[in-house]
This record gives sequence, C-alpha cells and structure tokens, in this order.
Amino acid sequence: MDTSIKILIVDDFATMRRILKNILKQLGFKNLVEADDGTTAWEILQEQEIDLIISDWNMPKMTGLELLKKARADAKYKAAPFLMVTAEAQKQNVIEAVQAGVSNYVVKPFTAEAISDKLEKILK
Amino acid sequence: MDVTLINPFINATINVLETMAFVTVTPGKPYGKKDNTAGGDVTGVLGLTGVANGTIAVSFEEKCILTVVSNMFGEDMDTLNDDIADAVGELTNMISGQARRELDEVGRVFKAAIPSVITGKNHTIRHYTDGPKIAIPFKTDGGNFTIEVCFER
Repeated sequence: MDTSIKILIVDDFATMRRILKNILKQLGFKNLVEADDGTTAWEILQEQEIDLIISDWNMPKMTGLELLKKARADAKYKAAPFLMVTAEAQKQNVIEAVQAGVSNYVVKPFTAEAISDKLEKILK
Repeated sequence: MDVTLINPFINATINVLETMAFVTVTPGKPYGKKDNTAGGDVTGVLGLTGVANGTIAVSFEEKCILTVVSNMFGEDMDTLNDDIADAVGELTNMISGQARRELDEVGRVFKAAIPSVITGKNHTIRHYTDGPKIAIPFKTDGGNFTIEVCFER
C-alpha cells in the first residue's frame, strides 16, 4: 500500500477518529485529516486533494451516505476510494451504500486487521 | 415487554467491549429495575424506534470506563472528562448498531437516534417510555457496568 496518500477521516465521535488515526498511523499512514461531520468533510474535499475518504454513516448536518453521493457526483472524487466505517449495517443500509458507489464497508465494532484488510483491497 | 428484545443487546455489549477494548465481559442475571438512579458514573442513553419504541442505557462505574477507554486508545486515561463521555456515546452507538443488526436478521427493524451522555455520581437515567426497565449487570476485570433496556408496554 502507498502510505504517502492523504486520508480524510469523517466521524462525529472524536473517539472513533482517534481509534482510526491510531490504526492508520500503525499501518504507516501519516498524512491524515479529520472532520466531525459531512458538511465539514465536503469543505475539506473542495479545498484539498484527498486520496481516500473513511467515513461514518450516522452524523448530524450531512450523513456519510449523503457525503458519498456528493463525492460520486463530483468529477474530482467520482472514483476516489471511499470506505464506510459504521454501526449501520442492516441489509437496507448496505444496499444503499453499494448503490451509491461505496468502495468497501467496515462494520463497527472492528479490529485493526479488518481496517487493514479493507484498505489493502481498495488501495491495490 | 417482549423479552426476546433483550438478548441481542447482551450479545452486542459483549462483542463491542471485547472487540474494541479487549476486555473480558461477564453478564449477570437480568432483573427488573424500579428506580431511575444510574448504576454507574457515566451513562450513554439512546432512543430506538421501529417495531417497538424504547431506549437503551449503558452505565459504567468510573474505574471500569477508565480501563475500557485506556484500552481503546492505547494510553492511560485517569479522569472522567469529555474524551470519556465521547467514548461512552460511541460505545452506546456501537452496541445499538450491533443489536439492531441481529434483530434485523429476524425481520425486526429499528432505527436509532444519536446517543446522549450523562456524567456524575448518582445521576438519574430518563427512559423515553414508561415501560418496564430490564437491567443487566456486567463484570470486567477493570470494574462493573450495567445496561438497561426499556421498551413501551
């Protein structure tokens, strides 16, 4: 995996952003940016060049699904890797995310290995 | 209250704590809870709507949640602060998510609200319905916590 890429972590819980940052740093990723909701994430996506988006689903202001749909409608992020990390894994949620173009899906609770495996798949 | 709603929350609690915080969790015997006083010092409360309306609450003793969050972050946490409150909110969220997945598999679909967190000695828990409250105590090596499940009659 190319560990020099810039990753945007989006979650309304600071706890989850911290856990994900710890895991990503252990995997060698250093270029990490974070946002606490979809609206802030979208502003960052417009201002910066992000290579991978890791987003929660259930957030105030703009959900992860809405963020995914906006990204897929934007030429810059149409094909960008987008990993959904969420507690929302009921069948209907997974179908909606796949239809919206998610690259992969990690269900909370998760292990560091689960994150690593999914990143290997979407960044290869 | 439909008692078959309880087991998914017990299973989810064990899995979330063991996966995210690497602690061994042992559930005790569920009991009917009459008062509103929290069993712990920090409590996450989350509303659920769907085939039944209700709330779940996850209430940690101080020592227990400090151990749990220290393990989650890989660094020592020694004070109940905003970081701990945020972690309790996310743990409550994950427990709800996993339990709802198990219930979804048998056709019982629930939606969850965003959790709120209450901190302080002897605080009270306000469930959103007046149905019976079932409490399940849990033990870990780092201390105790309790979950409460309350659905409308």
